[in-house]
Amino acid sequence: MTTETMEAPAVAAPTATPPHPLREFWSYFSANHGAVAGLVVIVAVVLVALLADVLAPHSPYLTDTSIALKPPFWQEGGSLTYPLGTDPIGRDILSRMIYGARLSLLIGIVVVAVSIVLGTVLGLVAGFFRGLTEIFIMRLMDIVLTLPSLLLAIVIVAVLGPGLMNAMLAVALVILPHYVRLARAAVITETSKDYVTAARVSGAGTLRLMFKEVLPNCTAPLIVQASLGISTAILDAAALGFLGLGAQPPSPEWGTMLADAREFVLRAWWVVTFPGLAILITVLAFNLLGDGLRDALDPKLKRS
Amino acid sequence: MLRFILTRVSLIIPTFIGITLLAFFLIRLVPGDPIETLAGERGIDPARHEQLRKEYGFDKPIIVQYGIYLTRVLQGDLGKSMITQEPVINEFSSLFPATVELALCAIIFALVFGLPAGIIAAIRRNSIFDHGVMGISLTGYSMPIFWWGLILILVFSVQFDLTPVSGRIDVLYYIEPITGFLLIDTLLSDEPEAFWSAVNHLILPTIVLGTVPLAVIARMTRSAMLEVLGEDYIRTAKAKGLPRLRIVALHALRNALIPVVTVIGLQVGVLFTGAILTETIFSWPGVGKWLIDAIFRRDYPVLQGGALLLGVVVMSVNLLVDLAYGLINPRIRHTR
Amino acid sequence: MKKSALFAAICVPAFLAGAPLAAKTLVYCSEGSPENFYPGINTTGTSFDVNEHIYDNIVDFERGGTQVVPGLAEKWDISADGTVYTFHLRKNAKFHSNKNFKPTRNLNADDIVFMIERQWKEDNPYFKVTSPNHSYFTDMGMPSLLKSVEKVDDYTVRITLNRPEAPFLSNLAMQWAGVQSKEYADAMMKAGTPEKIDQEPIGSGPFYLVQYQKDAIVRFKAFPEYWGGKAKLDDLVFAITPDASVRWAKLQKGECHVMPYPNPADLEAMKKDPNVTVMEQAGLNIGYLAYQTTKKPFDDVRVRKAFNMAMNKKAIVDAVFLGSGVPATNPIPPSMWSYNKSIKDDEYNPEAAKKLLAEAGYPNGLETDLWAMPVQRPYNPNARRIAELMQADLAKIGVKAEIKSFEWGEYRKRAQAGEHQMAQLGWTGDNGDPDNFLHTLLGCASAQSASGSNIAKWCYKPFDDLVTKAKVVTNQAERTKLYEEAQKIFKEQAPWFTIAHAVQLKPVRKEVVDFKLSPFGRHTFYGVDLKGK
Repeated sequence: MTTETMEAPAVAAPTATPPHPLREFWSYFSANHGAVAGLVVIVAVVLVALLADVLAPHSPYLTDTSIALKPPFWQEGGSLTYPLGTDPIGRDILSRMIYGARLSLLIGIVVVAVSIVLGTVLGLVAGFFRGLTEIFIMRLMDIVLTLPSLLLAIVIVAVLGPGLMNAMLAVALVILPHYVRLARAAVITETSKDYVTAARVSGAGTLRLMFKEVLPNCTAPLIVQASLGISTAILDAAALGFLGLGAQPPSPEWGTMLADAREFVLRAWWVVTFPGLAILITVLAFNLLGDGLRDALDPKLKRS
Repeated sequence: MLRFILTRVSLIIPTFIGITLLAFFLIRLVPGDPIETLAGERGIDPARHEQLRKEYGFDKPIIVQYGIYLTRVLQGDLGKSMITQEPVINEFSSLFPATVELALCAIIFALVFGLPAGIIAAIRRNSIFDHGVMGISLTGYSMPIFWWGLILILVFSVQFDLTPVSGRIDVLYYIEPITGFLLIDTLLSDEPEAFWSAVNHLILPTIVLGTVPLAVIARMTRSAMLEVLGEDYIRTAKAKGLPRLRIVALHALRNALIPVVTVIGLQVGVLFTGAILTETIFSWPGVGKWLIDAIFRRDYPVLQGGALLLGVVVMSVNLLVDLAYGLINPRIRHTR
Repeated sequence: MKKSALFAAICVPAFLAGAPLAAKTLVYCSEGSPENFYPGINTTGTSFDVNEHIYDNIVDFERGGTQVVPGLAEKWDISADGTVYTFHLRKNAKFHSNKNFKPTRNLNADDIVFMIERQWKEDNPYFKVTSPNHSYFTDMGMPSLLKSVEKVDDYTVRITLNRPEAPFLSNLAMQWAGVQSKEYADAMMKAGTPEKIDQEPIGSGPFYLVQYQKDAIVRFKAFPEYWGGKAKLDDLVFAITPDASVRWAKLQKGECHVMPYPNPADLEAMKKDPNVTVMEQAGLNIGYLAYQTTKKPFDDVRVRKAFNMAMNKKAIVDAVFLGSGVPATNPIPPSMWSYNKSIKDDEYNPEAAKKLLAEAGYPNGLETDLWAMPVQRPYNPNARRIAELMQADLAKIGVKAEIKSFEWGEYRKRAQAGEHQMAQLGWTGDNGDPDNFLHTLLGCASAQSASGSNIAKWCYKPFDDLVTKAKVVTNQAERTKLYEEAQKIFKEQAPWFTIAHAVQLKPVRKEVVDFKLSPFGRHTFYGVDLKGK
């Protein structure tokens, strides 16, 4: 499941840029070392997530209070059995982080998928129908943007109850306006172009126009936004986890791991350092990839 | 110009009403009952519970409750906190300066380091400095700031004992709040060391909150500068043999700043989000922490009022940015 | 990184400048902001800690004990039938003053009557000011207990009760009965700002409020004219620090002198710190896991017993309480009278547990839920972590337990309605009587009511007969016997898995002199001193 959805943007890429052959895209992309590095890290994270059962030395849920808070192997008292140490109830941190990779990827992909689909539809509708529909949708999005996103996400999670699924939904709703605005702007630019007018004159229906003509032409910015969106999603979900509202223990989600062990920060630095690093590296990789994609797909596109 | 301003301002009204609606109904959907939350282990007997519900007006139909609420809001009455019984507006105004002070420091921090870094990176495009700045800023942009705060405390406060762990000022100083901004109040007081104590307490939170805006500003400045430097009039200026510094400072920078200002304006919303986390980590007595506490305690009036006031602040800043943008760039005025 | 180091370096000189050498200032790192300055509507210890320094009571608890001692009343008489209390007030109790108000008289009977009528009589002009919800007054049953409160003369007050009530004096010593100035109240009512008396408080206590900033600081100064003599401290500061680790970091650095509720994770380091003493006192509390005894499978005592044997209590208490709790056997704490020492806890034995479970008809284990409070409580530092450990232990006997949590108010409500199968909860005693635990938490009356505290919904006749009888018997030796027997039945029937009794721990810096732990968990600083540096 993880990999399938993961590849969706990559597969969509060629259709998104009909004038650019795949090779041209790759030559642009590979010239950007940062982007390639990001891709490599992402592939590694995906592999780790897929092979978690093989790679993890222990079960991520196995508790053993007799070995609680063992330091990483290079510190006195640590051992290679638990390379990155153990948490307050004796679970292996490395194993938990490996399984956590699954959750983080899942979060990123589900959130972005939900918000892209919803956002594109709303944006297309707003851009096509204009008038009251547009005003209503765009005002709603303005309201969402006006409130601090984390606050809104927290309230939504409070309404739905804490948990991974609800946290993902909350984050998806909060980042929705970006996609709606992007899609709407693209639609408005595109509809004023000749080919749309031509299609309309030749009697194409609105729905057909929306999905057959206009949508493919505004895919490029959406793809870029999507890869950057994954990183935002992972960060926001981790922040919710940190506030105790995201994935619930014993789930090895990185933000939750951090929150769960926060009280030990003065006594055992490793319980908070490693999960945080994992978040940072993964998010950075997605941002690098997003930057690379943007430059490769359209050097003139700007960060929205 | 007046028409432009009027259009922009009129757009605010539906957003404002929308926020009251959203805040009011969303919060009422939250399961849990503030009266129960207050009761603790001891519980509360049903008759008394009913009496309290009446007292708080929770027994009326929800539409009526909203009507009452909206009428009061329009009269400037945001209600009283259920926990402290203090008017929401008083609590907000006593805490908001702390948030603003922190946010301003963070923005200044971001500007002071972000602008020059972005400019130099653009001028020395593809140099090591450029790559370094871009690498660091992307890392900053990717930073889980709740973790960043913990790590900074661990290193600077606990390990090296350079900065205080939390709070706004050493408690030994007694500063009469005049403006609510401690940096100003301490200067007005007769204790000069108090100012340094306040500065000292601000360092880590400022860095934590300023990290993401710093990254955004550096990146934005760089790309705006690159674009401007490629424009014809710059090339003309270069061809005319004007000194490089003059070109950058006078011509390029001025034009490049327009998108940067916009970005800073848009960062206000982001800053409040960051403030929620930063204030939680550093026990900073600001509105972010206050709102989080209100959610956990189901303090409806505080949440509604707080969200509304924050929304108004964000809207106003966005409006100002919009207007400023319109002033700088006359073309905008006519395109809408 | 580099930049921040630079930034920090700039500010080092500021640090060396140091703090001003103030008078004797004690800093207490408190855990949160007070609700307001009117103890009559407060419900949290956090608020009471603040208000007890500002206000006085008719009678007090001795510092560090449960004994009732004279307060504003120098002495009192109780009628033979125990229904009429006559309090003789001291004449030298003065009120504080602030910018709005200068008192013209000392504290007298009017103020005492005002204190009670404000909470009691709905027609009192102050009844609804700030909040009409006088929680403790109502919870203690005062509205039905009080018959009349009269001023006999300026310094004598007579309170008549509808029935005798032994703990009445102790109840008056609780902080909800702090006395405000009627003169101040009248002045503010006249000025049209009645709520000021609860925001800018005037009391007769040992300290007066100088400054309050929400979520940041509460600052007091010693009241020089306090009737008991000026406090040894000059200034008292509550530095509001919600995070336990941060409180500890501040205590370590000397930024505060006393802190409540330490993080169990930091205890080891605290005990090693040469500048800090960790004061300890057994708490009047119990943390437990209740089985829903009216639902399958927990209606079968064998299942409950099997579960009790499957969970490794010692490991759980060690890992989660980290020395701040002792494993619990009985539902009442060992420091309470009538605690039955002869009772043996169920031993940890997964094999036997599995067998017993099979006997009860679950050879392949079963599925159930396991509720954990979303918040830290005095008797349970981390219910989720306990749930995780229980879950792991139960998995070993084939039980799949799903951890569930709700918002705190919701949690309690649902648990009291019996929606759970297994739920953690706990209790902190208010008056030191076993009845407050055994009858309140395990009696039939509270099992049958939807808002009762018996969340095991355990109504067992032999047990209920004992604790109901003990309620009406007055002879303590006889009561002890009844309660000891009740504890035996409790253990046999196992409606709970008793987890632990939390120990009250207070890290205090060595320069603090004569700070005393209160069995009620109060933090009182009148009488405390600081050694010179």
